[in-house]
Amino acid sequence: MTVPLSYYLVLSGIVFLTGVVGVLLRRNIIIILLSVELMLNATNINFVAFSQYFHDVAGQVFVFFALTVAAAEVAVGLAIIIALYRAKSTINIDEFQLLKW
Amino acid sequence: MTYEFIPLFPLASFLILGLFGHWIKDKAHLVAVPAVVVSFLLSLLVFFDVAGGHQTSFPLYTWLTSGTLDIHIGFSIDRLTAVMLLLVTIVSSLVHIYTIGYMHGDPGYARFFSYIALFTFSMLMLVMADNLLQLFIFWEAVGLCSYLLIGHWYDRPAACAAATKAFIVNRVGDFGFMLGLLLVWYSFGSLDYHEIFARAHESAGDVMNVLGPFGGTWDVSVLTLICLLLFTGAVGKSAQVPLHVWLPDAMEGPTPISALIHAATMVTAGVFLVARLAPLYNLSPTAMTVVALTGGVTMVVGATIALTQTDIKRIVAYSTVSQLGYMMMACGLGAYAAGMYHLLTHGAFKALLFLGCGSVIIALHHEQDMRRMGGLKDKLPVTYWTFVVGSLALAGFPLTSGFFSKDELLVSAWSTGPLGQLLTVLGLVTALMTAFYSFRLVFVTFWGPSHVDPHHADHVHEPSKTMTVPLMILAILSIVTGYLGIPEFLGPMFETSAGAAHEGGAAIGIMVLATSMGLLGIAGAYYVYVLNPTLPDQFARRWQSLYQGSLNKWYVDEAYDRAIVRPNFSAATELWKRVDVKVIDGAVNGVARAIAWGGWLLRLMQSGQTQHYALGMALGIVVVLTVFLMF
Amino acid sequence: MEQVFFFYFAFVIAAASVLVVALRNPIYSVLALLIMFFHVAGLYVTLHAEFLAAVQIVVYAGAILVLYLFVVMLLNLRQDDRYHRQWPMAAAVGLALVIEAVILMALKGWTTPVVVTGTETTVGEAGNTEAIGDVLYSTYLFPFEVASLILLVAMIGAIILAKKDLGEPAES
Repeated sequence: MTVPLSYYLVLSGIVFLTGVVGVLLRRNIIIILLSVELMLNATNINFVAFSQYFHDVAGQVFVFFALTVAAAEVAVGLAIIIALYRAKSTINIDEFQLLKW
Repeated sequence: MTYEFIPLFPLASFLILGLFGHWIKDKAHLVAVPAVVVSFLLSLLVFFDVAGGHQTSFPLYTWLTSGTLDIHIGFSIDRLTAVMLLLVTIVSSLVHIYTIGYMHGDPGYARFFSYIALFTFSMLMLVMADNLLQLFIFWEAVGLCSYLLIGHWYDRPAACAAATKAFIVNRVGDFGFMLGLLLVWYSFGSLDYHEIFARAHESAGDVMNVLGPFGGTWDVSVLTLICLLLFTGAVGKSAQVPLHVWLPDAMEGPTPISALIHAATMVTAGVFLVARLAPLYNLSPTAMTVVALTGGVTMVVGATIALTQTDIKRIVAYSTVSQLGYMMMACGLGAYAAGMYHLLTHGAFKALLFLGCGSVIIALHHEQDMRRMGGLKDKLPVTYWTFVVGSLALAGFPLTSGFFSKDELLVSAWSTGPLGQLLTVLGLVTALMTAFYSFRLVFVTFWGPSHVDPHHADHVHEPSKTMTVPLMILAILSIVTGYLGIPEFLGPMFETSAGAAHEGGAAIGIMVLATSMGLLGIAGAYYVYVLNPTLPDQFARRWQSLYQGSLNKWYVDEAYDRAIVRPNFSAATELWKRVDVKVIDGAVNGVARAIAWGGWLLRLMQSGQTQHYALGMALGIVVVLTVFLMF
Repeated sequence: MEQVFFFYFAFVIAAASVLVVALRNPIYSVLALLIMFFHVAGLYVTLHAEFLAAVQIVVYAGAILVLYLFVVMLLNLRQDDRYHRQWPMAAAVGLALVIEAVILMALKGWTTPVVVTGTETTVGEAGNTEAIGDVLYSTYLFPFEVASLILLVAMIGAIILAKKDLGEPAES
């Protein structure tokens, strides 16, 4: 028998939660970005699972675009990290709090 | 006959001088005097018109109508109005002319004229009113003018205090007046005189439970209540006891207005009110008794205080209080015509006395204390002789107008019954005191050795024609008004039996008694102040407490201060400190502080740390999910 | 049989994602992510999305991860503190979400939804690639063009952000 849809949803939920916790907990900016990638991947798994179960290819097209955007976001994010590192020689996110009140 | 022009000219004078006084300056009298003299001439025409039997009453302009309430400006021209018009315009014209000399060189020259023009306008509208509301509006307006004029020299603290006192004390009376107005409206559905009078007879028996809201029962006749409440306004305006305290202090103002407002016109508005509402008062014997008693008390109190005062204007002021008591007493006893008669003659000779005081004051460079005068009769002849005429009229010396009016008053009072007889006796005693103090004033000021300040003694001379001519005119009027037949002219207006016993033994007896009281007073003053100048001090020492009491106005002001003013101030201070500062400001500032505190709290969220913001977002997701799951 | 594959892939994905977050050394985290990507690709294959699996490997594992490795090695990082001070709060939030997810599942049940016939093209008939391509260039053409614009913007942005100012004197 095939795998029920809910299993995929549970999996994607777990990965997403892990990503959220990683964003909230880690101080290294690169790891934070990695956690964001985790979250994006979780949603991709979700979409593909739905696409398979509803026999609608639109889900996969969405994954396509999500992938694109993730790539773009990584590029820009890492460029920002490099610029930040040049400014402060650290990538501990606690150091970057100039927007304090 | 366009009656509107009578008040219109003074109004125009007020507006022109008020707006352009700054540029007109010393020429202000060229605008003011002609305006009021024209008013006088028109009033004369009206008088002859009314004397010929033409009375009228008409609305001029409807302000608003709402349901059955109809507020309009209107005129009611009858005999009472006609004589009041004449009084107001004559005295106002003479005061205007007098002011040219008295206020010469004063920086507020034009302002003064504009204010007395405004006053004249208001007083004219008051006496011509055909409904109570218009009367009340201009009642307040004359009170305002009194305030403005008493405080004319506004850089003097005493003048400002006196002006405020006058206004506030009047206000106390006006509060009762307003309640009376409301009650009139409630009972009769209208504020017009003819409607009130028409319906008053039907309401004669109506009662109102005064203690109703407090859970008690005390049925009072509605008419009595109305009359009493409206009378409280008259008590304030006409300086009756207990609201008489403002009038002597009002002497801080320039003398012309003491003559105009506080002798002849504004203070007579109270008596005019009672006379005008005579049909109402006739239906309420209780109210009339109160009026008569108030008048009687005032009459005696004013005279007793005047006996010991040393400021010449204050003596004349207390004399005014006393004479107003006479008039109010007469009206309270039903002798309205006699009361009005005395009002008119008093207007002439009291204005004369005040203006004479002003003449003396100017001649002695603003000296007002009697003890620093003396020996002026040769240096100020016109002032002296006119002043004597006025004093004779005040004392009721035979053949002066005061003699006729006081006599008429006392005879009418006697004929009304036991209360009237009691009050007549008091009136006779007061007549004695009146003659005494008025000639005390004459003898100490004009006779005897001169106590004038040596610096000024050489420059004492008669003031200018603008000041002496009005004095002479008023002196002539003080004599002539006795022969014009005023009580017969006004009598038909008031259908009471007060004037019935003019013939008969009682009338002759009272006339003799009154005259002898007057002569006795004059002789007594002569004896005490001319023949034995040391006697007054001996009397003062012998009856020390009486003397001190009289000199200090029977401590009424002090009593008010302790009982009313100081508790008010401390209550106000407490309210300010506790309620205004702590509660209200605390609340307002508290709101601001709460918002600032909230802002501070919210600001803590802006930590600059990205992960805090991320945590916020995650919390948001949790909340939304929770809400979604619960509902 | 499918279930075996699924559970294997699912388990490794979950474990790898936990390792990404938990490991101290950033290089190790990146490598764990790499493992995760490969297994996600495998999962896509079991879901008959072969094209996507290929794209996943090429883009994610091949490009994005390499970028990450470049940056990690470029920045030459020390190993510093791992967890933020707010970790109790974050743990609570995570726990709350888990509980809510469980409640949600309990309420809605485990049932597989009714299979609705697909909209445009059902995947089964044509191959995955052809199916995607068919839809991508017809219905979703506009988003496709916009996606290319996004990539252009990202490229420009990355260059601008990361380059040195030309005005500075040459440093060592």
